[in-house]
Amino acid sequence: MSDEYYLELSENPVQFENASSVNNVFFDEANKQVFAVRSGGATGVVVKGPDDKNSLAFRMDDKGEVKCIKFSLGNKILAVQRSTKSVDFINFIPDPPQSEFSQECKTKNASILGFCWTTWNEIVFVTDQGIEFYQILPEKRSLKLLKSQSINVNWYMYCPETAVLLLSTTVQGNVIQPFAFKSATMSKMSKFEIELPSVPKQAKLSLSERDIAVATIYNQLFVMYLKHHSRTTNSPGAEVVLYHLPREGTCKKTHVLKLNTTGKFALNVVDNLVVVHHQSSQTSLIFDIKLKELEGNVNVHQPVLPALSINPYKVPLTGPAAAPSQAPVPCELYSSSWSVFQPDIIISASEGFLWYLQVKLQPTLNLLQDKGKLMDFLLRRRDCKMVILSVCSQMLVGGDKGNLTVVATVFDKLNQVYKEYLDAEQAYSTAMESGPSRSSTCKRPVRTQAVIDQSDMYTHVLSSFSEKKGVKHKFIIAVLMEYIRSLNQFQIPVQHYLYELVIKTLVQHNLFYMLHQFLQYHVLSDSKPLRLATANDEIVEVLLSKQQVLGALRFIRSVGGHDNVSARKFLDAARQTNDSMLFYTIFRFFEQRNMKLRGNPAFNQGEHCEEHVTYFKQVFGENAMMKQVTT
Amino acid sequence: MPESMIKEGILATDHTNADDQEEKKILFYHPIEIETNEKIRNVGLCEAIVQFTRTFCPSKPAKSLHTQKNRQFFHEPEESYWMVMVVRNPMVEKPNKDGKPPTVEYQEEEIIDSVYGSVLQQCYSMYKLFNGTFNRAFEAGGVELLIQKLEKFFYRYLQTLHLQSCDLLDVFGGISFFPLDKMTYLKIQSFVNRVEESMSLVKYTAFLYNDQLIWSGLEQEDMRILYKYLTTSLFPRHTEPELAGRDSPLRPEVAGNLLHYGRQRLDDGRDGFLTGPVNLKDPDAKFRFPRIIVNTEESYEELHLIVYKAMSAAVCFMVNATVDLSREFCEQLDGLVGPQLTLLASDICEQYNINRRSSGPEKEPQFKFIYFNHMNLAEKSTIHMRKTASVSLTSVHPDLMKILGDINCDFARIDEDEEIIVKAMTDYWVVGKKSDQRELYVILNQKNANLIEVNEEVKRLCATQFNNIFFLD
Repeated sequence: MSDEYYLELSENPVQFENASSVNNVFFDEANKQVFAVRSGGATGVVVKGPDDKNSLAFRMDDKGEVKCIKFSLGNKILAVQRSTKSVDFINFIPDPPQSEFSQECKTKNASILGFCWTTWNEIVFVTDQGIEFYQILPEKRSLKLLKSQSINVNWYMYCPETAVLLLSTTVQGNVIQPFAFKSATMSKMSKFEIELPSVPKQAKLSLSERDIAVATIYNQLFVMYLKHHSRTTNSPGAEVVLYHLPREGTCKKTHVLKLNTTGKFALNVVDNLVVVHHQSSQTSLIFDIKLKELEGNVNVHQPVLPALSINPYKVPLTGPAAAPSQAPVPCELYSSSWSVFQPDIIISASEGFLWYLQVKLQPTLNLLQDKGKLMDFLLRRRDCKMVILSVCSQMLVGGDKGNLTVVATVFDKLNQVYKEYLDAEQAYSTAMESGPSRSSTCKRPVRTQAVIDQSDMYTHVLSSFSEKKGVKHKFIIAVLMEYIRSLNQFQIPVQHYLYELVIKTLVQHNLFYMLHQFLQYHVLSDSKPLRLATANDEIVEVLLSKQQVLGALRFIRSVGGHDNVSARKFLDAARQTNDSMLFYTIFRFFEQRNMKLRGNPAFNQGEHCEEHVTYFKQVFGENAMMKQVTT
Repeated sequence: MPESMIKEGILATDHTNADDQEEKKILFYHPIEIETNEKIRNVGLCEAIVQFTRTFCPSKPAKSLHTQKNRQFFHEPEESYWMVMVVRNPMVEKPNKDGKPPTVEYQEEEIIDSVYGSVLQQCYSMYKLFNGTFNRAFEAGGVELLIQKLEKFFYRYLQTLHLQSCDLLDVFGGISFFPLDKMTYLKIQSFVNRVEESMSLVKYTAFLYNDQLIWSGLEQEDMRILYKYLTTSLFPRHTEPELAGRDSPLRPEVAGNLLHYGRQRLDDGRDGFLTGPVNLKDPDAKFRFPRIIVNTEESYEELHLIVYKAMSAAVCFMVNATVDLSREFCEQLDGLVGPQLTLLASDICEQYNINRRSSGPEKEPQFKFIYFNHMNLAEKSTIHMRKTASVSLTSVHPDLMKILGDINCDFARIDEDEEIIVKAMTDYWVVGKKSDQRELYVILNQKNANLIEVNEEVKRLCATQFNNIFFLD
């Protein structure tokens, strides 16, 4: 059952030459590029990015073993670290590759741990004694020191999205000093301490970079700490502790994700969900930090869904033995050769694959029974629209007791998001009207997939539901009214086609008294009564076809539309009943209407009622015709 | 004397087809004490009148007969079943000189046909609501069962009729709707739908607030009579037990139990079931509810009538009578409805107050009115005080009420739209307006106004008070 796995690897992985004794593989999280460096670059460097634009191949001189290799943004400058003392640069503008130039670190006796690009021409060297922030002048083939900071560093971690660098300091390594970079400026953020599971007996490095990851979740930067199970505490399993790192202000421990097991873990962030892979059980867990489970001032979260493996994946055979006709072989998931990078990348260096991890929403439908919670979950996902609509359709055919309460909860959740979007849109257009100068500060709101509007509901859910056989009409009406109630509750103007749907359903089941009561309380009227015209026509048609001529007339009069209806239609229907008194009544009604509208009881030419006038005279005589009052 | 305005009430049939046994045609006769021969004579007379008038218009036999002392009303609710009500004309005693007994003058024109004709029809509807049609009873248990049912019902019911306070509103037999904003109305819809969904035995629901209707799942005609029962009988018994105790002509043996229940509920300040068990926790509680019969024309459904109240909100849940209601059902309903209804009732109250406040401070209006819409039976009256079990109090002089009744009769005769303006003896202006299916009666207290001014005033009133009601000019 492939449709129960909620995690999968991207269908078209980035393929590269697998790592070997002659081929070193590097990954750059900033540009998401894989570097395959053969023989120190002498026999070629192949760069593969997420798409072909970012892929290229070149040669460089073999000047020793490459420790680290990364392009600046836009592949403008390549930086290669081959020693602990210096970094070498190659300009790729205007044409690649030109000869190298080199920069040694300024601090005496310091060794370079690594480097990160912050813009296309700005780079930070991280040494064991501090950081050095440089600007590269490619034409001059030289670097200019912008700023430096001296601090003892155990290891570092960089988040390219936000250009924030974390440095592990102190002997135990659990005090983190973050720095933020922005075009030629570097600012120190407030440092914070990561709580270790137990106080170590000796002073030694206790926090490993393997247990730390940084990622943005819901547009906020978080430091994720994989806190292993400790025998001294009573915690039943490992947990992931999230520290929220704001641009300004102090970093706070905000979320705890309970893993309820122990072992080796790896973290990814996909679609704002924290994914925790557990190697020994070969399963993954997902957490949504916005699903509220309050406990003290730190949110403690349980997995949203039961632990499941990533969807089994097959890869085509590679190498000389592979023939095109051979069937793909299953790929070993959770392999020990996997490396996991933020936010959503899994690399198998030994096989030469780079995958993006993806969340499939459809399986969550059956995994999460609580529909309210499911909606909360889905509304925050990227490609949620069709899944949400199918949840709605599904819950309406379920027919469980207490279903309406669930339906109401779901509608309210959808309409809350819908309303927020409408308000933002409204605020935007108000700002636009007030003048273009101010509107530049106000961005047009983005319509995410979570905005499910009335036409979506109508098209994908309600119209087909209202015509479904075997569903009680009582339930159909209840659901439609519940949706209208929810829209009203959020002060969203209801579209006329929803009213029409209610009216149609009521009329089909002869529930005229209900219809009447709704009209009486203006539940089925929008600001423009003319819009109801189509619905009214439909009701009249249904009634006339059932030969309920008086009923049709009564109805159209109750909605104030009798001045505009076609007299001929009614007279035709009345004639068909073979009830001459009924015909008389209808005829007289329209005479009176004509009188009121035009001061003359006669029908207009355009109404094509001549035939009926003749018939009337035949049956009731000329004298029965209404006379025009002459004054 | 008012308490005996009904001189006689007769229910007779020629259904038994027993020409030789005139007595057997009589199903119910009030008062019982009347001698059999006289009964037979009176029934014979009624029969003769109806048969005689039928020759003039076969489809519309006589509805009433005017005599000096009485007025008789005839109603044939089901084929061959006749109901007759004889109402005494009011009397005025004029003292005579010389110690002679005073002369009695009958006021023959005081009684309005349409009012008492409607009362008679209402008697039938009320009977039918609780007992079903005459014919059903006859078919099920013969004339004996029918007589038994009639006696049981009418003995009590006639004592609760207050003919002296009947007026135009009885002609309309309308329903007062509670004014409510759309959102709160939708919340009530949602509540009703959810209860009906989770308690699938509930077939129909009606929702009332402050004795006014907000929602009915029943058809209009059934709701009309159920509404009458609720507002003039069931609710007053529970809300005004003291009043009912002192002034009500309800006999103690009839009212005793109900009165006791009512008081207990009131003293407890507790809401809950108005019909059925008083206390769910009572181990001896009986789970019996009144039965009503609706849709007699088509499906003929027999239902348990469960009325549940929380603050000013009352909900009728109607459950198929073939199902026996258990303690579990009542507890479940109580648990489901109780908390939600209390919340909803306070919501309604709050919204109502907000709306009332926003419509500005209430000034004592210069006019009083009755409005009725034949389409949805909506009625509204500022003439009538709150209706109680005993009397319906009006705030205007009976003469004015009589004028309203007369205007209504005029309207009923003609199909077209009309307007009638009357200057009453007491300097009041009375205006009747009939437009489409709606009728409006206004009483203006403007002594020195002329016809044009009155006309203008009524136009203004229609524009402000009834702006969403369509009036033809």
